[in-house]
Amino acid sequence: MVVGRIHFGASFGSGGHLVTAAPPAIDEAAVREALRAVHDPEIPTVSIVDLGIVECVSVAPDAIHVELLPTFVGCPALDIIRDSVIEALAPLGQPVTVDFTWRVPWTSDRISEVGRARLAASGFAPPAEPEDVRCPYCQSDHVAMDSAFGPTACRSLFYCRDCRQPFEAFKPI
Amino acid sequence: MTAKGITPETVPALAEFLLSMADDEFVIGFSDSEWTGIAPILEEDVAMSSIAQDELGHARALYELLADLLADGRDADALAYDREPDAYRHARLLEHGRGDWATTMARRFLYDTADAARLASIGEGWPPLADLVAKIRREERYHLMHVTAWANRLAAAGGEARSRFVSALEALAVDAPSVISAPEGEAELVAAGILSRPMADAATEWRQEVVRILGPLDISLTLDADPAPRDIGRVPSADFQWLWGEFTSVRRSEVGATW
Repeated sequence: MVVGRIHFGASFGSGGHLVTAAPPAIDEAAVREALRAVHDPEIPTVSIVDLGIVECVSVAPDAIHVELLPTFVGCPALDIIRDSVIEALAPLGQPVTVDFTWRVPWTSDRISEVGRARLAASGFAPPAEPEDVRCPYCQSDHVAMDSAFGPTACRSLFYCRDCRQPFEAFKPI
Repeated sequence: MTAKGITPETVPALAEFLLSMADDEFVIGFSDSEWTGIAPILEEDVAMSSIAQDELGHARALYELLADLLADGRDADALAYDREPDAYRHARLLEHGRGDWATTMARRFLYDTADAARLASIGEGWPPLADLVAKIRREERYHLMHVTAWANRLAAAGGEARSRFVSALEALAVDAPSVISAPEGEAELVAAGILSRPMADAATEWRQEVVRILGPLDISLTLDADPAPRDIGRVPSADFQWLWGEFTSVRRSEVGATW
């Protein structure tokens, strides 16, 4: 477990003036909204909210706790994601703690519809069993898996026999 | 100090079992990572690197569970790196180095199929392990797909590819059952529900799975039951001594450094 503490004194404007605007009320929805700015660095087009790795957000009067699910056990981006979460929630002005848990396994079913659409728009086929993968460029089902292992642990390599494009598909896991 | 849900009597057996699983994943992961940059084709370079990364990730998570269980001040890195070669508990199968590509695929095939049977034997008795194993099994499925495809490819190719692969399987078969030999304190682990069945049952299932895959390829192996627990105090093989020197070299170069 890693605990991140942030500065939570009054904010100062660029000229050194005390910023007097009241901070917005903090509730779970506000935290989740702020987390939409955080991305897995290996999947930069989809927020961690749409990726489905935000399992639990709890807001106490003087603390925010976020529980995340790693996509893969050996994911090398966990430290970066944790730091990004702390940074994104800093404007809320409360200490933030971030935990990762295996209690709930992340599965590719947790990717939201918005997330799936964003993946496809970026040239990544959303997670599906190999026989159900469609080319993200031309939607053809005339595709072949070149390798179960792509440039990151969470993706496979495919080739579209119709539009002759190689593409990456997220593994169903 | 004991972990929640674990009686003090169970801790030594659980700790030894966790250590053996973690060391297995660590050793095969590090050994397979040697293919990064030199695998036969680019896709395999990527695949073996991903598989190695997965295995090292599993090892890290298991060492972290062990560190929490032991609570003796050692973290996952200390458990992984700060032991002498004879204190590692990996299976005898992994005393063999990666060898050539056929040997690596034969070692992976025997390890992945045996490990699958082991993972299927983890019960709900200790939730931290059960939760982690549920996650690990989703990833190992891809390792099995990968190595089964290679078993088919090498065996069907005939010639040198097939003969090297079959020779490697035969050479490793005697040590393969060590992956699922009964751990010390198995009866306590089963009683506590940490294991859902004795490893002898897992070994039966494993042998059936090996026959199911290799039978159609006209390969038969003798996989005798391995009654001996993991050798404690064994003399490490030259292959493992070399690997240990590699994976501890950075850690030993500057004790206590962080990066």
